[in-house]
Amino acid sequence: MRHVYTWSGILVVVFFSVVGDILIARAMKQVGDVHELLRRSGVWTVVGRVLSKANFFLGVSAMAVAFFSLLFALSWGDVSLVAPAAASLTFVGNAFAAKIFLHEKVDRRRWIAALLVSAGVALLAG
Amino acid sequence: MTFRKYLVLAGVTVFAVSGDSMLARGMKQAGGVSIHHLHRLIFAVLNPWVAAGIMLLLAFFASYMNALSWADLTYVMPATSLGYVLLALVAKFALHEQVSPIRWLGIVLISGGVTFVAGGPALTEHEVCPFTKNAEDTPQVSAGASS
Repeated sequence: MRHVYTWSGILVVVFFSVVGDILIARAMKQVGDVHELLRRSGVWTVVGRVLSKANFFLGVSAMAVAFFSLLFALSWGDVSLVAPAAASLTFVGNAFAAKIFLHEKVDRRRWIAALLVSAGVALLAG
Repeated sequence: MTFRKYLVLAGVTVFAVSGDSMLARGMKQAGGVSIHHLHRLIFAVLNPWVAAGIMLLLAFFASYMNALSWADLTYVMPATSLGYVLLALVAKFALHEQVSPIRWLGIVLISGGVTFVAGGPALTEHEVCPFTKNAEDTPQVSAGASS
């Protein structure tokens, strides 16, 4: 039963992390290249544009939910399982979600990288 | 990719790992937090390590958002994991801790993944950006893709 709790906790963390990352990435693509904007119109314009995107606030909220679910998941399962499992599943989830929702070109190079990195994270933290 | 952009990616890596480490150290001093002791979280912020960790994680978030404004999510993601490699190297060479063969394998896999991604383009070029329907947003769509 404890396993079920731990793994559903991990899946909740992964889900909200991926949603948060996708929304923030989308918000920043709407804002546009920050370096370009800084050069043209200064830091307050950048701040104003970021704060005008609903996706930014939704993304930050999703990340906050992910953070607190991680705290709960950590109280149910071992840190050596929960932390690496959540981190490496988020990598793979992000690659899928970025392809579907952000229409990023996730080519073979990036798939291999996502798999290598998630395997590496699992080994390193395990 | 310009030098400034590499600097931003380095910021993502360094701030994430240093922020996480300080937060972890501070939370160990502050004691465990459970559902019944949520108020302890408020006092935990007063711990200097926790406070410093939060500041560094804010810096991480700023550089992460900066990077996402000119690069794909699938390009920036691996950079965040390079921090774990950095952490293991610091543990080995600065703190003289033992790093197990399994961990070295993990380091090799992450570094390999990052090298793979870094060799490709940073940004997908869209014919028409799918998210920006406002006229004011369209000019920056593919700017900086090949720089």
